[in-house]
Amino acid sequence: MNASELRSQVLTILGDIAPEADLSCIAPDKSLRDQIDIDSMDLLNFVIALHERLHVDIPEADYPQLATLDGCLRYLSAAIPMSG
Amino acid sequence: MAEFVMPKLGADMTAGTLVAWLKQPGDIVERGDIVAQVETDKGVIDVEIFASGVLEKLFVQPGEKVPVGTVLATVTASDTGSAAPTIPRASQGIAAATVATTTPAAVGPPAASAPSAAARPGTSSAARMRMSPSARRLARERGVDPTQLAGSGPAGAITREDILQAAPAQAAPRDTTIPPPSPAAVGPASGPSDQRARMRAVIAAAMSRSKREIPHYYLSNQVDLERAVTWLAEQNRQRAVTQRLLIGVLFLKAVALALREVPELNALWNGSAAEPISAIHVGAAIALRQGGLVAPALHHTDQQSLDDLMRKFRDLVARARAGALRSSELSDPTITVTSLGEQGVDAVYGIIYPPQVALVGFGKVVERPWVVGGQVEVRHVVETTLSADHRVTDGHRGATFLAALERILQEPEKL
Repeated sequence: MNASELRSQVLTILGDIAPEADLSCIAPDKSLRDQIDIDSMDLLNFVIALHERLHVDIPEADYPQLATLDGCLRYLSAAIPMSG
Repeated sequence: MAEFVMPKLGADMTAGTLVAWLKQPGDIVERGDIVAQVETDKGVIDVEIFASGVLEKLFVQPGEKVPVGTVLATVTASDTGSAAPTIPRASQGIAAATVATTTPAAVGPPAASAPSAAARPGTSSAARMRMSPSARRLARERGVDPTQLAGSGPAGAITREDILQAAPAQAAPRDTTIPPPSPAAVGPASGPSDQRARMRAVIAAAMSRSKREIPHYYLSNQVDLERAVTWLAEQNRQRAVTQRLLIGVLFLKAVALALREVPELNALWNGSAAEPISAIHVGAAIALRQGGLVAPALHHTDQQSLDDLMRKFRDLVARARAGALRSSELSDPTITVTSLGEQGVDAVYGIIYPPQVALVGFGKVVERPWVVGGQVEVRHVVETTLSADHRVTDGHRGATFLAALERILQEPEKL
């Protein structure tokens, strides 16, 4: 998986969780919670979806690293094999 | 014979529009089966039946708006002798969907034998699919099972066009005695903004009535949550990601257990007195993404394990946001729990949802300096609140409840 594919996967999952959100407007360095109004249940569903689709297990202690889109991509890039 | 009536799905609901029949005359129905969909100001609700037998006759057609209590259909008792028709909530100020006409009334948990939500379309599996709210609504209106479709939209999303294309093909095998409703026949062909406005109006009416009629009193208590937070973190560290718990589920269970100690708060106001309810069905306030709020019931909250509660709560949130709640979930709550802590709020002083007589609030879980054994320590703390009806309880009982809640939260392993 390359960086572009990873970003696409993450945005797809976020779109499933917040279908009303305009994901094209997400500022990558700003809080996802603030931008698309995700709560703890949404965050858990996000982590479960990442587990199911990308086979990555994210400990609860690492949740703060998923606070922004950039943070998510950074964390996942380090956690799964990347190409390109 | 039992009558299947338009249920009362909210304190101020007076009428509902039948959207669709999901069963037809001659079909065998079991207690808990979803037999119809009704549009209310809170959206389209799946309505369960509380009698087993054969659906005999339909009296109301899709698109018709009828008052609460109107007979929608009749059910003849089955030969199998399975669950007899009952009046689950008839004496509690909230109408049940089925009223027995030949058997004595009995009070019981109406959703105990309900099929799992995941086993039917339009709920969990559908909720997880990528599809817009309008496509989801259209699928319901046209009787299309979206789980059977391959989406043509971005990332496989199911579009309105997919639903429209599938509608004739999926509708064909159905009994056509009652034609599926057209959007026009459904009546209020409301868009999302109309639906939001109607829900806002319903909330406004219920909350105005509550403040007008219920003499609220309010209590609060700061609770040391360190043990619960530590226990939860350790649990989640050991669990697979799909099995993790949220602190909110501990709150729901703790409230249910505390209600056993102060049962006066688990009651419904019948217009002149409070009727205690033996079953504890905690309504969990869920904010909807499009705006508005619902507080559907987690049935028998006190009897559920934390794992079961978490699974059911997760399913409930998904279905609430997908517009796929069941009638019993809206009509059965005996108390409401709301938490606004994730928005940074310290404490919630909520308005009771009539005919309930109490509401419990949780604020943000924060680290604060806390004196333990004469020493100042940093502890996780949450502010719990109680809004209660002074016609039913006094402050002393309310305080007893909050004290019980605090004590129960100190032993999370027993939840």
